[in-house]
Amino acid sequence: MLSRAAWSLALRRGGLGTLGIHSLGGSAPSDRKMPPYTNYFAQRSYPMPDEPFCTELNAEQRALKEKEKGSWTLLSDAEKVALYRLQFHETFAEMNRRSNEWKTVMGCVFFFLGFAALLIWWQRVYMFPEKPITLTDEWKAQQLQRILDMKANPVQGLASRWDYEKKQWKK
Amino acid sequence: MASSALAKPQMRGLLARRLRIHIVGAFVVSLGVAVFYKFAVAEPRKKAYADFYRNYDSMKDFEEMKKAGVFQSIK
Repeated sequence: MLSRAAWSLALRRGGLGTLGIHSLGGSAPSDRKMPPYTNYFAQRSYPMPDEPFCTELNAEQRALKEKEKGSWTLLSDAEKVALYRLQFHETFAEMNRRSNEWKTVMGCVFFFLGFAALLIWWQRVYMFPEKPITLTDEWKAQQLQRILDMKANPVQGLASRWDYEKKQWKK
Repeated sequence: MASSALAKPQMRGLLARRLRIHIVGAFVVSLGVAVFYKFAVAEPRKKAYADFYRNYDSMKDFEEMKKAGVFQSIK
């Protein structure tokens, strides 16, 4: 109860403070609810939000909205910008500005990859059992000799790289 | 704000232009890939097989394999 009164007081104080500085083209709305309690969602893929950015207008802004109902050629440029700012939070250029988030993402990805590598190393040292006999070096050498004897893939594959006269790999 | 000398940007035909560029590009890229594959992979493979089988003696190959002991039906 007390904190809610203090919070609304802080909002009102903050809104009125900035409005005192800017006259018509103020980018800070007055008395608006803080996100995520507004219904204003605008992104590049959803550019027309359901409600305007500023819903609670002061007297000048209400007068401007009345003027907007007439002919738009009578509006000055500053008034057009002010109306835009009332309707939208950010321009497309501001909304699509790039950021440095990718560096954080890549850093976290590499960090966790490194951590996983450390875990696997520990497993290999302390957990894994002996290699089966078919993965020992002697067995693998005998296996390769048998494949070469059978002349597997003699045109472009493995046996084509083996020199049968000199009994070594072709250079 | 409107008093600067910016040129009016292109307002119409944007999709048509994009489609034309990408259709032409797709043709060029796919033709290029096909030609590259033919001359880098297919022709050398045909040549390798032709060279291998030009002077191939299957009976000699068979005798070598038999001597190495890979057959089960004949020792």
